[in-house]
Amino acid sequence: MSKDIRIKRGLDIRLKGSAEKVLSQAPDTGVYAVQPTDFIGITPKLLVKEGDQVCAGDPLFFSKDDERVRFSSPVSGEIAAVVRGAKRKLLAIHILADKEQKFTEFKRPDTGNRDGLIDLLLESGMWPFIRQRPYAVIANPSDAPKSIHISCFNTEPLAADVDFTLSGSEEDFQEGLEAMKTLTSGKVHLNVDSSAPVNSLFEKAEGVQVNRFKGPHPAGNVGVQIHHVEPLNKGEVVWYAYPQDVVAIGRLLRTGKADFSKVVALAGHSLQQGKYFKTLPGTPIKSILDGHELSGDHRVISGTVLTGNKTDMDGYLGFYHSEITIIPEGEQPEFFGWLIPDPKKFSNSRTLPSWLQPKKEYALDTNMHGEERAFVVTGEYEKVFPFDIYPVQLLKSILVEDIEKMEQLGIYEVAEEDFALCEVVCTSKLPVQSMVRKGLDMVREELS
Amino acid sequence: MKAIHNLFEKVKPNFTDGGKWEKFFPVYDAFETFAFVPGHSAQSGAHIRDGVDLKRTMVTVILAMTPALLFGMWNVGLQHYKALGVADQMEFLDLMIFGAWKVLPMVVVSYAVGLGIEFIFAIINKHSINEGYLVSGMLIPLVMPVDIPLWMVAVSTVFAVVIGKEVFGGTGMNILNPALTARAFAFFAYPSWMSGDKVWVNTGGEAVVDGYSGATILGNLATTGQAGTAYADWGIAEMIIGTIPGSIGETSKIAILLGAMILLITGVASWRIMFFSAVGALTMGLIFNAFAEYAISPEQQAFMAVPYWQHLIIGSWAFATVFMATDPVSGAQTEKGKIWYGFFIGFFGIMIRVFNPAYPEGMMLAILLMNVFAPLIDHYVVEGNINRRTKRLKLANA
Repeated sequence: MSKDIRIKRGLDIRLKGSAEKVLSQAPDTGVYAVQPTDFIGITPKLLVKEGDQVCAGDPLFFSKDDERVRFSSPVSGEIAAVVRGAKRKLLAIHILADKEQKFTEFKRPDTGNRDGLIDLLLESGMWPFIRQRPYAVIANPSDAPKSIHISCFNTEPLAADVDFTLSGSEEDFQEGLEAMKTLTSGKVHLNVDSSAPVNSLFEKAEGVQVNRFKGPHPAGNVGVQIHHVEPLNKGEVVWYAYPQDVVAIGRLLRTGKADFSKVVALAGHSLQQGKYFKTLPGTPIKSILDGHELSGDHRVISGTVLTGNKTDMDGYLGFYHSEITIIPEGEQPEFFGWLIPDPKKFSNSRTLPSWLQPKKEYALDTNMHGEERAFVVTGEYEKVFPFDIYPVQLLKSILVEDIEKMEQLGIYEVAEEDFALCEVVCTSKLPVQSMVRKGLDMVREELS
Repeated sequence: MKAIHNLFEKVKPNFTDGGKWEKFFPVYDAFETFAFVPGHSAQSGAHIRDGVDLKRTMVTVILAMTPALLFGMWNVGLQHYKALGVADQMEFLDLMIFGAWKVLPMVVVSYAVGLGIEFIFAIINKHSINEGYLVSGMLIPLVMPVDIPLWMVAVSTVFAVVIGKEVFGGTGMNILNPALTARAFAFFAYPSWMSGDKVWVNTGGEAVVDGYSGATILGNLATTGQAGTAYADWGIAEMIIGTIPGSIGETSKIAILLGAMILLITGVASWRIMFFSAVGALTMGLIFNAFAEYAISPEQQAFMAVPYWQHLIIGSWAFATVFMATDPVSGAQTEKGKIWYGFFIGFFGIMIRVFNPAYPEGMMLAILLMNVFAPLIDHYVVEGNINRRTKRLKLANA
């Protein structure tokens, strides 16, 4: 019962600086970091202290709300530092990696043993790969999800090519897929891009539902896919994972080792040439960037330009991210910038000449191109928001903190990433993604 | 460019915290951000942003109004010299100069008064100055008759900005279209000035030609059922080109069409509202045509029998539909709602125009009415979406 779905509303922003499909091994020496801030809604409780020795797969901290959910070190080595911010908030745990990596051995449960599999994922620190809608947070291991969705393509600008990141990991992926089938009594959905040749890995997969999507970003967002395949109702839970995370889970099952390594795209037009690296989450960005010359002021992003986190040269790759994107900072004031029809600027509105060249690739910087204002222009979010949801009305219900209205208007079906394009095209420059997150947190707190 | 930037940087300390004019920071900020889009970079959320901002959106609307403004100036001159019977001897430039001499002071008064109030409220509320008034400030003179005294423009503007906008919280929060609020205020506060046939053409108190009448076509239709008079027999060509008396910006359908094209191509205004306002107006026109024989007076019968499509080129339907109804803040905000909102503006506009000769311009009242109803329309559209979701939930739990 596969579905063919055409996404009409959305926007592909073509950016210069995509990564060349060449895979290198990132140098794996140095200090790695696990950042509790990568995990939304988690209050971390530390399990280690400075000077402790850990193996790859050993827990570093757990979630205060659910002690079973543990977060592991991706490397073996010595805890070099515990970094805290204001009010002693735990920001990062730095681990000085050993030259020779040591892995904790995990025992594989019997095939089809759901509880055993969940325990293994929790123990090894791979559970955080399994996330849930609503709220786009780490799944609750006690839930019985309606289904599991895996988005097999990413439509964000300069995103890592999923097919490329999976090449060479086919067996692990298949093993991981079996684990996904064990985790739910419902269906496992593989959501693929039908505008390109579909990877045989997905087509060959047995016992899953393959849904074919076509259309502009955010067609690759799992939230959009769930909405079009089986819209989420209040009280329902759907789990999801990224393909590379499925690979890591499959590898754990096959080898008994918590090996978090993944393929990451280094992209953005600040670089002469981007490429792909095999590395670990929490890897220092500097080590990947070695050899790339950068002059001037640049924005280093862990993730993509739409949803990634702002970091810097001394930052680390986030747990869920498969891209490091580097674009120039845009802190130059623009003389009559609101008047001059600058062909270098991109706009989804037709008030700038960019609509005349739909195929052009842009070299955009981080400039806001304006100041924050109240909602004035109508209809612009709707053009890039392929949900049967009224985005502005939902945002307004969040602004007035009306939880009942948020529920009625469909907050369970969305996450901040689904609103990323709304934020980009917003004439009033409103912080849409953080508003959505605020709403999600509010509803989650209310219902817990 | 560098020099201007340096100048701003030099005076800036006076306006920041602790400076001698710190209270006036919003005023400084308005001028600085007018000259330079600030070099702010995205600090949260998406790292790249669209090149459009509210200033660009607003300036696009002003650009779209420019043809109507320029034509309006020329027409003010034309009507003036025509009333004096000397239009034939005048050059293009004479007409423009006279028109500019009459119209530009109104533009200046509207902007000075309106922006002055905006600045005061921004200083009191310590928020930055919004661009909304840039459009309202141009619309107000365009919807006024040329012979209105400047102080009336000023008082109407004060009313529109304070009562129509600032009491609700400023740009983006208002319920009524500010420019129409100004027009409605002038209309109801000074009815003897704003209706009748004295105010649409400036005669400068000089002797006019025999049989002169400065009445608008709508005024004529309401009183006699005929578009023209002995002084001037207005035909279709005049209605489209715009060489007729009327509010400054409303007469030329060609200039308005140019503006509409700019708004539609850039996507700044909603095609739904414009299109369905036309559908609504034509529908009402057809209904009147069909029932003209039941009219209560011969004048009304003649008015009702005006071919339905002519309502689109008579009076201010075109101007109001293109520039007033499409105001995103006071209009319907959902795409489905815009269809109904536009339709009823056209529908009621023509209905009021024909049925109520005391208010020959029905579009103003129709838009203000629908401004009030827009949230209700949106409510039902959104309610439909909520019901779909509730139904789905029930089905899932059944």
